[in-house]
Amino acid sequence: MSTRPADPSVDGHRTTAFLTDSTLCIGCKACEVACKEWNGVAADGFTWSGFSYDNTGALGHSTWRHVKFVEHAPAPGLGGNAGELASWAFSSDVCKHCEEAGCLEACPTGSIVRTEFGGVYVQPDICNGCAYCVVACPFGVVQKNKDDGRAFKCTFCYDRQKAGMEPACAKACPTESIKFGEKSHLRTVAQERVRELQSRGMEDAKIYDPVDTSVKGIHAFFIVRGDERQYNLPPTPEVPTVYLKEGWKQSAVGSAALVIGSLVAFAIAGRRTTSGRGAATAAKSSARALRKGVRR
Amino acid sequence: MSTDRIIQNEQGRVPDAASEARLIEIRREAEKRGSVEAVGVRPPGAPFPIASPETGYYGIHLLKEPQWTPEIPLYFFVGGAAGSSAATSAIAEWTGLDHKIARDARWVAALGAVISSGLLISDLGRPSRFLNMLRVFKPQSPMSMGAWILAGFGTFSGASLFAQLMQDYFGPGIVVSVLKHSSQALSALFGLPFHNYTGVLIGATAIPVWNHNIRSLPIHFGTSGLLAGTSVLELMGNEDSTALNLIGIGAATLETYEGYHLEMKRDPVINEPLKHGVSGWVTRAGGVLSGPVPLALRLAALIAGRRAKNLRRLAAISGIAGSILTRYGWVHAGHASARDWRLPLKVAGKPHPLEERMQSKPEIPQVKVA
Repeated sequence: MSTRPADPSVDGHRTTAFLTDSTLCIGCKACEVACKEWNGVAADGFTWSGFSYDNTGALGHSTWRHVKFVEHAPAPGLGGNAGELASWAFSSDVCKHCEEAGCLEACPTGSIVRTEFGGVYVQPDICNGCAYCVVACPFGVVQKNKDDGRAFKCTFCYDRQKAGMEPACAKACPTESIKFGEKSHLRTVAQERVRELQSRGMEDAKIYDPVDTSVKGIHAFFIVRGDERQYNLPPTPEVPTVYLKEGWKQSAVGSAALVIGSLVAFAIAGRRTTSGRGAATAAKSSARALRKGVRR
Repeated sequence: MSTDRIIQNEQGRVPDAASEARLIEIRREAEKRGSVEAVGVRPPGAPFPIASPETGYYGIHLLKEPQWTPEIPLYFFVGGAAGSSAATSAIAEWTGLDHKIARDARWVAALGAVISSGLLISDLGRPSRFLNMLRVFKPQSPMSMGAWILAGFGTFSGASLFAQLMQDYFGPGIVVSVLKHSSQALSALFGLPFHNYTGVLIGATAIPVWNHNIRSLPIHFGTSGLLAGTSVLELMGNEDSTALNLIGIGAATLETYEGYHLEMKRDPVINEPLKHGVSGWVTRAGGVLSGPVPLALRLAALIAGRRAKNLRRLAAISGIAGSILTRYGWVHAGHASARDWRLPLKVAGKPHPLEERMQSKPEIPQVKVA
């Protein structure tokens, strides 16, 4: 358990990561509050979702940490619930900071960059609000603030990391459910933790880190129990750049078809005449045009 | 109706056998079960639905909906018409077959580029930052490529039109001629990707219904753009051009095939937004107006000969309307697709969460029974 270094300071070029352990989360939302306070993010308003204790709902332009309240089928014993109550799990969601980030690839302004710590960062002074990153994110994280006109998401506390500090959410977490540190180190921590949980009987504990997909892994992995889909984590996220090759190929095919088709159409139709012109002349000119078109 | 009911409630109800029997029924159920299941007693949504691999996270959708303004589908339409017109202009001019179409298409391309830029800028939350698009060149971002293509297309189609006007006012000259032909060539070169890159733009995203159709979208959007461009040219006084009618027949045939193809697809979950709901009907209407309708009108016009101008005008209007509806339909389908929580979680064939959300889950007691 005491695997977290006392001071997870960052020396500038270490690749860092979050490990969010849902088996330790108590749903206190300290991470949400700390994130909003440190980053000066606007309030989401005071509304009830009406079907769960999760009244935040989802990540968005003003929600960079989001505690999920996963109420699932009764699982007596482990997890501490009596048999007749729904089992309750909490998990603090965050931008995944993908290795192959859809938002970063899609950004046409170069506003979204990879930081020296491996995170994905939106530079607010360059973002122009085209909202293409919004549809490019396979995790539905980044969102455009329509009042402001720019897109926002978790910065991985780039400012704090540059100062050698851990992100605000990790610092505020009272149960060390949110761990922060060097990525390879945290991976080991996660593997040890899952082994420990499994040895205690939580055989469904596992790490969520989609390394086998085109996303090629994330900088914010999670320990969850059971199927990741009940935590709204996609089993096979894909970075949208995988569709580019096919798309541009079809674009080229379409353009070629347009040129050839138009040449043929003009050639068949021949020179436009307002009065009656000899059929032979028209045929001759169309044949000439066809030859010309083929040469071109 | 509603007024009557309010008055009745204000005056109080008269108890009768039925109302009393109902109250006793509720009491019996409460005594027997410890809770009451009847409609109107249970607050909506209670007890809470459960999160599970089959129902996802309460049916809250993972993906974000597109956040483009209504200008963007219109931009797709204008860009398609303008881009294809640049190619038509060049072909009409170089084959030497139709100088009027070459001239008119120059106008469509140049004005289309201006309107496109206006629409794109008005979509941005901060219009002054359109230039930010031009600070990097990113081949892996269709949005970046689109910005550069638009910049090039606008420049050269504008130059081509400028040269045309210069030639009209000052007569032919070697400089103007070189400018005219080189800019026309470059305008067509940029116009070709400009007329169909929007298919790549929406296809290479995380939105399931878009990326699922990446194979057909660029050609579909390109064909729709060509049909629109041809139709605009026809309405500019070229209704008697057989060449334009033949191009229109080709485009409408492809659009008919595309509509048939979409209708016949056997993967109901991902393509649902293209068939059902508002987006389904808009897409379908777009498909009919850009496929079979102009195809039939154009074939009739072809048979009727060059005097069938009204048929051609009708076909052109139908094609333009179809192209606009097609763009709005596809973008709307993207919204519906993003809202479908099942798709990113790979939960196929389950009923939509809204139907399930209000259903009771009696197997999970919410109150611990002493």
